Formats: sequence, C-alpha cells, structure tokens
Amino acid sequence: MSADNMTLTLKIWRQRNATVKGSFETHTIKGVTSHMSFLEMLDVLNEQIIHAKGQPVAFEHDCREGICGTCSLVINGFPHGPQQYTTTCQLHMRHFKDGETITIEPWRSSAFPIVKDLVVNRDSFDRIIQAGGFVSINTGQAQDGNDIAIEKDQANHAMDAATCIGCGACVAACPNASAMLFTGAKVSHLAQLPQGQVEASQRALRMVEQHDAEGFGRCSNITACEAECPKGISVEHIARLNREYIAATVGSTK
Amino acid sequence: MNSWIARFLTSSIGKKVVMSLTGLFLISFLAVHLAGNLQLIGSLDGGQAFNEYAYFMTNNPLIKFTSYGLYAGILLHAIQGILLWRKNIAARGTVRYAVKNDRVASATKSSIYMGSLGTVILIFIIVHMVQFWAQMHFTSNVGDVTYAGAEYAVKDLYTLVKGAYTNIWFVIFYVVSMIFISFHLLHGFESAFQTLGLNHPKWSPLIKTIGRAYAVLVPLGFAIIPILMYIENQQS
Repeated sequence: MSADNMTLTLKIWRQRNATVKGSFETHTIKGVTSHMSFLEMLDVLNEQIIHAKGQPVAFEHDCREGICGTCSLVINGFPHGPQQYTTTCQLHMRHFKDGETITIEPWRSSAFPIVKDLVVNRDSFDRIIQAGGFVSINTGQAQDGNDIAIEKDQANHAMDAATCIGCGACVAACPNASAMLFTGAKVSHLAQLPQGQVEASQRALRMVEQHDAEGFGRCSNITACEAECPKGISVEHIARLNREYIAATVGSTK
Repeated sequence: MNSWIARFLTSSIGKKVVMSLTGLFLISFLAVHLAGNLQLIGSLDGGQAFNEYAYFMTNNPLIKFTSYGLYAGILLHAIQGILLWRKNIAARGTVRYAVKNDRVASATKSSIYMGSLGTVILIFIIVHMVQFWAQMHFTSNVGDVTYAGAEYAVKDLYTLVKGAYTNIWFVIFYVVSMIFISFHLLHGFESAFQTLGLNHPKWSPLIKTIGRAYAVLVPLGFAIIPILMYIENQQS
C-alpha cells in the first residue's frame, strides 16, 4: 500500500497527429492518492497542464468500469499496466510507488495508426467484425426461452470467448503485433453457439482474410496476448479458430 | 493452382500450418538422426557399424527419397520462417516501444526468440552439412573401406567425424548449437500442435510434458557425442 500523497514522474508519448513524429514528454505530478484510478491520475495531470496553458494529453476512455474496451495505454511496458486481468481504467495507483517514473505509450502496431498522443485508430478491429463476426437471424415472433438447446459447458466456453471487449491489448502485447486472440475469440464465441452455425465456415475464412489484409502480424503462439488480456482470454480460442479455418478450407465449398 | 489452395497457403493460418507440419517432420527426423549417431560413441569396431549405417542411409532408395523431402522441409521451414519474421517486425510499426515487458501465459519465453534461434540453427545446419554431408558426397576427402566379408566398399565417415572432434572449437560449436536447438524445440514442439488446433484440457498438458522432455533430451543426446569423442581422442 502506497502513501496517499505520491509524487510521480510521467514519461508520456506525445504526437500531434498520424503524420508527424512523436516524442516523450516528461511531467511531474504531485498529490496522487493510492485510491485514484490510473485514468483519474491522468485527469489530474491534464487539469495541471490546462492550468499551465498547455495541450492536455489525449487518451481514450469511456465506461471506466472495465467493460467497454475503450481505454488502452502501455504502462511501463505492460498493456493496461502491470496488474493482470485489469483494464487501465480499473488499475489503481496503489500499484505504484511514491517517486516512481512511469512510462506511458500508445498501442504500437501498423494496423493501429496513432490519431493523437495515446489515442490509436482501432477501425481495423471493426472491419474484422464486419467481415464475419455476426449471426444472421430472421426476426419475427419472440422465441420461447431455452428454445435453442445448448450444453452448459459449451455455453460457458462461448461466454469465455465473448468476454473479449475488443480493446486491442492482445495486439499491443504480441511481439508479432498479431490480432489472432481477438479474431480467435470472436470466431470461437460464435462457433460454439447454435446461432453461429449458419455462417460458421464463412466466418473463419473471411475474418482471417480481413485480419491478414489489415497488416496485423502472424501468430506464432507466444501467448503474450493471453497474459496481457484484461479478460484473460485463453489461446485455446486461437486453436479453435485454427480448427475452424482448416475445416472450412478443406470441408466447405468456398 | 486452385484458388482455395493458394488462399490457404498464403493466409496467416495456412503459413503457420506449413511451419507446424515441416517442424514436426524435422522433429521426427532428429530422433532418427540421433539414434543413428549414437553409434559413434564408444565404437569398439573402429566405426564399422556407423559406416555401414551411413552407407545404408545414403544408398537405400526409400531413405534417399525421404532425404529429398527433408532438404525441402528444412528449406521451406527456414525460408518461410524468415519471411514471417520480417513480416512480423513490419507489423509492429516503425516506432518501437521504449519500454516493453514480455509476459507469456502458457508458452515458454523462447517463443519470443524463434526467429533469432532459427537463424542460428540454419547457420549451424549449413556448417554441419558442408563439414560432413558435402565432404562425403562431393569430395574425395573421405576414404573407402571394405570390411571383412563385405562385397562392397563403404565411405569411412567415422574417421572424418572423429577427426573433426579432435578440434575443441568444433566440439564447442556443436554443443552450443544444440543449446539453441533445445530452446527452439522448447517452443516449437508444443506450438506445432497448438497451430493444428490441437489444444485440449486432456492432451495439452501431455504434449507440453513430452515436448519439453524431448527438447532437452534429444539435443543433450547429440551434444554428448562430440564431447565423448573428444575425450576418447584425448585418451588414445
């Protein structure tokens, strides 16, 4: 447990836009309490910068409850910070020590171009979803509950994959900048549900094709993604994606 | 080529399947290679068993056919591995992390260095093949011997190997190379199965245990050959 009046040195990546070169800017922040979240600490820093008539640091955040996948940041070399299974917004300053220097960088991947400072463009993930991360359902009369039978174990496994919030930490962590854990989680989630069967083979083929086209790296089973995933999604879902992909290649007519 | 085959082989998953299958083939080759080479140790017959084995391995049509597959497998694994390595460096982007801490979940840390480990191993394979394979096939540096009762002469590869291991630097080179192979296998063995989609609560722990034992024992088996032959040479 750290003191309630910490002074920290922050080395923050500043970059005006995607085309100019960025560099680190150093700030000292005083009066940080251990109860602040990491983003609240950055809010205080931005107040301080605004008072000094400077440009506040741009970073992404939305729900601040750890469920939306909007926040990012590589903190001291760890995506979402050193605490495992935690998003940056749920990371508290009690995990840092008074007087510590903290390095804050954006996700670095050629498929995630920098928008400004710590904000990156993650549209490539949206395009992977658009390529096949959906199910087609004929709407009409509401179905009875439990109409579509599914084994509890399988539903649990599908839910494990569905916990992916699409934050991109897997790409940030991967030495190859591969998005296979994201793609794997999405394919695995739907492949295990009855509703996902209609597009199952097309989904794996199309989503992998889009993944590759976006310029993400190629997975070599390092499992850094699983270690840094705030939801702890297992690489077992990448194995299922591989099975789906191989099966669709040899078994489907496409 | 059929478009679906091309699509598979150029996709990221198709490429890793190729890496996995060639890798497993090379892994199985290591066991065969080690079994043969262990005949080099403590040879009481002046290397007759080893030389006759080498003759069989270079003349049996089935083995010859498999050996072409092996050369192709090594080249495919190495060339595609280097291309993937370059691709992955590019995917990281032009600006690297100033601070990066690599944590891994279920794999070993050698997974991060497969490209570098593989490159060293490729250099080792080239030196190894120039030293023994090429000398035997393409030069007259290796003499013939005809053993009693044999109808044909065989190449005296044993003397060539024995001679090489009188040099302490070759011994060190071989032993150090085996350490690189060990680390490469430590990730490669289990990774090959994950790539094929074989990840299961029942088999995965088994694959990991066997893979890690294989990654230590097989290179260790290879490494003791030059060490023991060097000691034998010193004593004689």
